[in-house]
Amino acid sequence: MAQASEALLSCPAPIDHSDFVQLAHGGGGRKMARLIETVLVPAFSNPALAALGDGAIVHVGTEDLAFTTDTFVVKPLFFPGGDIGSLAIHGTANDLAMCGAEPIAFSAGFVVEEGFPMEQLHRLVASMALAAAHVGAPVVTGDTKVVDKGKGDGIFINTSGIGRVRPDVRVGPQRARPGDAVLVSGPVGDHGIAVMAAREGIEFATDLQSDSAPVLDLVRALLDAVPDAHVLRDPTRGGLATALVEIASASRTAIRLDEAAIPVRPEVRGACELLGFDPLYVACEGRFLAIVPGERAEAALAAVQSLPSGREARLIGTVVGNDPGHVVLRTQIGSHRLLDRLSGEQLPRIC
Amino acid sequence: MRFVDEYRDPGAVQRALADIRALARRPWTLMEVCGGQTHSILKFGLDELLPERVTLVHGPGCPVCVTGLELIDRAVAIAARPDVIFCSFGDMLRVPGSSRDLLAVKAAGGDVRIVYSPLDAVRLARRHRDRKVVFFAVGFETTAPANAMAVHRAAVEGLDNFSVLVAHVLVPPALEALLSDPDVRVQGLLAPGHVCVVTGYRAYEGLARRYHVPIVVTGFEPLDILRGVRAAVAQLERGAAAVENEYPRAVHADGNLEAQRMIGEVFAVTDRSWRGLGVIPRSGYALAPRYARFDAERVFGVQGVTAVEPAECRAGLVLQGRLRPNACPEFGARCSPEHPLGATMVSAEGACAAYFHYGRVAAAR
Repeated sequence: MAQASEALLSCPAPIDHSDFVQLAHGGGGRKMARLIETVLVPAFSNPALAALGDGAIVHVGTEDLAFTTDTFVVKPLFFPGGDIGSLAIHGTANDLAMCGAEPIAFSAGFVVEEGFPMEQLHRLVASMALAAAHVGAPVVTGDTKVVDKGKGDGIFINTSGIGRVRPDVRVGPQRARPGDAVLVSGPVGDHGIAVMAAREGIEFATDLQSDSAPVLDLVRALLDAVPDAHVLRDPTRGGLATALVEIASASRTAIRLDEAAIPVRPEVRGACELLGFDPLYVACEGRFLAIVPGERAEAALAAVQSLPSGREARLIGTVVGNDPGHVVLRTQIGSHRLLDRLSGEQLPRIC
Repeated sequence: MRFVDEYRDPGAVQRALADIRALARRPWTLMEVCGGQTHSILKFGLDELLPERVTLVHGPGCPVCVTGLELIDRAVAIAARPDVIFCSFGDMLRVPGSSRDLLAVKAAGGDVRIVYSPLDAVRLARRHRDRKVVFFAVGFETTAPANAMAVHRAAVEGLDNFSVLVAHVLVPPALEALLSDPDVRVQGLLAPGHVCVVTGYRAYEGLARRYHVPIVVTGFEPLDILRGVRAAVAQLERGAAAVENEYPRAVHADGNLEAQRMIGEVFAVTDRSWRGLGVIPRSGYALAPRYARFDAERVFGVQGVTAVEPAECRAGLVLQGRLRPNACPEFGARCSPEHPLGATMVSAEGACAAYFHYGRVAAAR
C-alpha cells in the first residue's frame, strides 16, 4: 500500500488525526489556534508575526505602522444590519483599531463566481466604498479573480489595511496586569445571531441587526481619555470568552467576569437558548474589549459611553494575579464557571 | 425572558438551596438521568452550591453518547457514498467511529449536512430526487415523534429516495439495567423532563416500586433541578420511593398521546446495543415492518458492519455514574473535544464534554 510505504520512509510531524482541513480549522477556536501554531507560524517565522496580534506592527523609519489582512466568506452576503462589502472594510478597520492605529489605506481582493449577478456586485462595492469613506481611509488597490460556476460560493472578499499607530499608545494582549479592569463596548453576540437568523430563517430574531460597524470613533475616545490602556481586542470568531482566554494566557494573568454585568440583548439570549449556543462565544463585528488600569476604569467607561454607539458599554470584570490563564465567570446565581476557548465550530461562515 | 429568568432567579435558587440544606440530614447520592440536566448542573455550578451531603452523579441520558459504535461506522459508510446526502444533528458529526468521524467524511468530500429538524431532510429529499437522502435518527423518546413524522411524511409523498438510520433508545429499560446492577449505588433519580413530555411518567412507577427509589420528573433550568433534588431528598429522608412530578409546566402523567400514536405508527420496540453499556433488551426503536423500505441499513446493505469498542475509553463507566469524567486518567490528556476517545467528550449532552467546557479540569490533576 502506498500509504504504508510512505509512512516508513518519512517521519511526519505530529498533526491532527484528520488528514483534511475541517470547518473548525477556521472557526476561531482551539483547532484554528493549533493550525496557526503548527502550520503557519513555523513556515513564516518572524518576530512581527510571532506577536499574533489582530495585526502586525512594522517599523518604518521613525514610525510604527500596523498592517492587517482579513478574508470574508460570510453567508448570506446580505444580512440584517450589513453585507459582506461593508463587513470587509469594518473588519479590517477594526483590526487596525485594535493595534491602536488609525487607518491609512485599504486593499480589496475579490474572488467572484461566474454567473454572480452584476447588480449585487455593484451594491457590495458601493457598500464597501461607503464604509471606507465612513472610516476615513480609501481603497487604493485591488484585484479581481473569477472562478468557474460551482467552484466558489457567490463572492469572497479579502481586504488588507495599513494604519499609523498612535505614538502615545502601546497595546498588546501580553500587557494585561493584575488590578486592570475589563470593558466591553456594547452587547455581545448580535452579529453571529443576526447572520444565523438570516441564514436559517429563524423568525423570532428578525428585528435583530448585526453590530457590524467601525469602532474607530469609540477607540479614539477611549485612548484620548486613557492612553495607557493595556489591551484592545475585538471579540470576533470565538466571541468574548475566547478573546479573554487568549488575553489571560498571553499576559499570564487571570480574569474574573461578572455574568450579570455582561450586556446581551434579549433576542440574542433567546436565540442562544433555543439553538444551544452560549452568547459569550458568539461573534461580534462592531464591539471591542479594552483592558485598562483599574484606577482609569471609570474614565474609560465614561469616554466610550459619551458616544451614541458606546452607550451600552459596561465594565464586566477585573484582571487578577493568581491562576494565570484562567477566565472565571461569576454566574448570576452566585456559582463560578471557568471559561475556555471555543472548542469546535460553533457557527461556520459568520464573517 | 419568560420561562427562563424566573427559573434562574438568584433569590429563588438560594431559597431552594436552603430547603435542601435543612432537609438533608444524611448523605444521599442522586442521579440526574438526562445529559441536558448534567450540562445545566455544570454550567450553572449547581454542584458547587449544593451541600456536601448531596452528591449528583451523571446518568446515561445522552443519546449521541450511547449510539452504538457499529451504527457510527454504518453512518460513515453510507455518508461516504457519492450518491448520498447524509443529514444529521450537529454533534453527531464529531463522534468518533472506529476509523473516522462524519466530519472527516465531510472534509474528504462526502455530502454531510447539519439539519435542525428531520423535516429539513425530507425537504432535501423532495428537492434532490436524483440523490439518496439519509437522516440519522438519533435520540430518546423525545425526538422520536418528529422522526416518526418525517418517515410518515416521506411515505405519504412517495419519497423513495429518503431513508433513516435509526438509533433510537428508550429511557426506562436503561434505568432498569442500571438499578439492577449491584455496582451502581444510586439512591434517587431525577427523571428526564423532556422525555416525559412525550411519554408521561407512568412507566417509571414500576421502577420506583421494584427498586425502592424515588424518581422525580425534573426540568432543566437551575431552579427546576434544585426542585427535583429537594423532592428526591425529602422522599429519601422519610423513606419514601414514589414518582413525583416537579416539571408540571411541561409534563403530564400520560404524556403527549398524539406523539405516542405517531411513534406507534412508525416504530416498533427492539433490542439495542448501547455504546459503553452493551445490549439492553427492548431498549430501542426500529422501523415497524410496514416502513422497512425507509430503513437505511437495508437500503445500503450495511447491517453487516460491526465494531469493537476501544478499551481505552471509559465512557461506559461515566454513563452509569460510576466514574466522574474528570477522574478518568485520559480526561483532558489524551481525550479532549478535538481528539475524543468517546462520544461523551463531544456530544452537547455528554458528561465529559460538560466537565471539559465548564472548566472542571483541575480535579483531574
